[in-house]
Amino acid sequence: MAFGPFLLLALMEGLVTAAVLALAAAGLSLVFGVMRVVNVAHGEFYMLGALLAWAVTTMIPGPPALAFLAAVIIAPLLVAALAAAADGLVLKRLDYDPEATIVATIGLLYILQQAALSLYGPNANPVTAPFEWRIQLPWFGYSGYKLFVVLAAGLVLLALWLLMTRTRAGLVMRATQVDRMTAQAFGINVDRVYMGTFALGAGLAALAGVLVVPIAQAHYLMGHDPLLLSFIVVIIGGLGSLRGTLIAALVIGLSDGVISMFFTPTLAKILATLLVAMVLIFRPQGLFGAKA
Amino acid sequence: MKVWTLHLALLAVLFTAQFWLSPYHATNLARIMVLAVFAMGYNLAFGYTGLLSLGHALLLAAGMYAAGLPAQLCGWSAGPAFIAGIAGGGLAAAALGLLALRTAGVSFMIVTLMFAQAGFLTLLYFAPITGGDDGFAVAAASRTLFGFDLSTDSPRFLAALAIFATGLLASLALVRSPFGRTMVAMRENEERSRMLGYNTFTVKLAALTISGLYAGAAGAAYAILFGYVGASFATIQYSILPMLYVLMGGAGTTLGPFLGALLMFVLIEAATGVTTAHQFIVGAALVALILFAPKGLLGTVRDRWVRWLP
Repeated sequence: MAFGPFLLLALMEGLVTAAVLALAAAGLSLVFGVMRVVNVAHGEFYMLGALLAWAVTTMIPGPPALAFLAAVIIAPLLVAALAAAADGLVLKRLDYDPEATIVATIGLLYILQQAALSLYGPNANPVTAPFEWRIQLPWFGYSGYKLFVVLAAGLVLLALWLLMTRTRAGLVMRATQVDRMTAQAFGINVDRVYMGTFALGAGLAALAGVLVVPIAQAHYLMGHDPLLLSFIVVIIGGLGSLRGTLIAALVIGLSDGVISMFFTPTLAKILATLLVAMVLIFRPQGLFGAKA
Repeated sequence: MKVWTLHLALLAVLFTAQFWLSPYHATNLARIMVLAVFAMGYNLAFGYTGLLSLGHALLLAAGMYAAGLPAQLCGWSAGPAFIAGIAGGGLAAAALGLLALRTAGVSFMIVTLMFAQAGFLTLLYFAPITGGDDGFAVAAASRTLFGFDLSTDSPRFLAALAIFATGLLASLALVRSPFGRTMVAMRENEERSRMLGYNTFTVKLAALTISGLYAGAAGAAYAILFGYVGASFATIQYSILPMLYVLMGGAGTTLGPFLGALLMFVLIEAATGVTTAHQFIVGAALVALILFAPKGLLGTVRDRWVRWLP
């Protein structure tokens, strides 16, 4: 294969990574933006989404497309409910103190991971893609499902943007983000907004997990890399800025695809983590974010 | 006076432990003491100075590799390797602090986490030298000190106790010194300390470096006493463990880190008979502590009953 097609393949793979990453990172960014909570257990919600997708598709008989559709709806809802419970039982009682919530979500990470290991087991399990459809390019065939993932992620992000900017719920969330006290004084139920935001953020991560599971298999440790990459994306894009998150996801996803294909993935990760640390030290508002 | 008596009494009890504990438990206790040294270092940064770091695994691994690599590649003996390990931990902490201490709070946590992750990945990247995830065993020749074979039970226990005792008494002296008070001032109110004329950056940098010396000593001691060096000690898990020990025993108490390490070890050991879900215990302990007892055991004891506890 010549260099051009090779690069094209790398970019397409990178685009799929970017799409999944943008979904997961949007959830993390939303939770940080509105609640000022750094959710270390975010990767585990992603993992749970993938595991539940496997469980749903194996339990529901019938054509793969129907079972997958059920998984897309059920898995994020279940994970969102779990996150809402975690918010009410743990985070709320800590009064959303930033440092205490990090420690608590680290604990949550361990609990969820162990639960997944004990209940689901150490195996990686595949999920059948809802449709088998290949696009034949002149140089190589490409999975149609991967392009569907990019499209679906784009639509969900568009819906999220509309939700945040055009609806009353989004307005209430943005008001809480700007000033929690004033929002409360205007009769907004801040507790409910926080619970909803945390559930929505977790649901987005779970949805990313569901979409990715036909490409990568469901495994109880699969939340690690997305967590790290989501952190990288959210920080480089500017904490709490949705647009910055999207741009950063594209940059990180594409460069990850290219660097991993031509160099080693470990080197790509070392550079990315160092970049994040440096951005936080020298440009805390992010590379694309406005002044915080 | 009371304070020193209490600490010396604990050390005396630990010294006699080698006679009434089985060799298996004595080895475990040696391991706990080494991990407690790591946790004491973490406590100096987190408990006293208020620096909540998520990157101490980097410092532990720096000490471990600074001791293990010269021993492996150049055949250094235990003494010089141990000193190299302490220096490695201190240097890594100073470098980390120079960059990371420009941030505070949540940013500091994420920056330290990212540097530790980069350090772990670097160890994997240079796997031909570092052994990567598999690590390497430290040669027996590098595990002798003054003719004593540190890989045998009794010398190993005594060496671990000596390091633990030095660390404990040094931390007690430190936190009761004027500098120790300054560290606490950073934790309680950094703005006010700055207004009083303290250079908060250098105080925090010094505290983090001392913390790194402890972590380096623990890493080097682990490499020499237990004969294994590996990248797994640089994972995020080893940044969480000292935090867990300190939170459990009591942040900002001199004996808390040891108590936390001991209790956590016993808890996991006891649970092993019932379930294999170690991580669940770690996670549940973290959540329970931060929710119900953020001051830890000795912190609560100090608040309620024993006011003089350091």
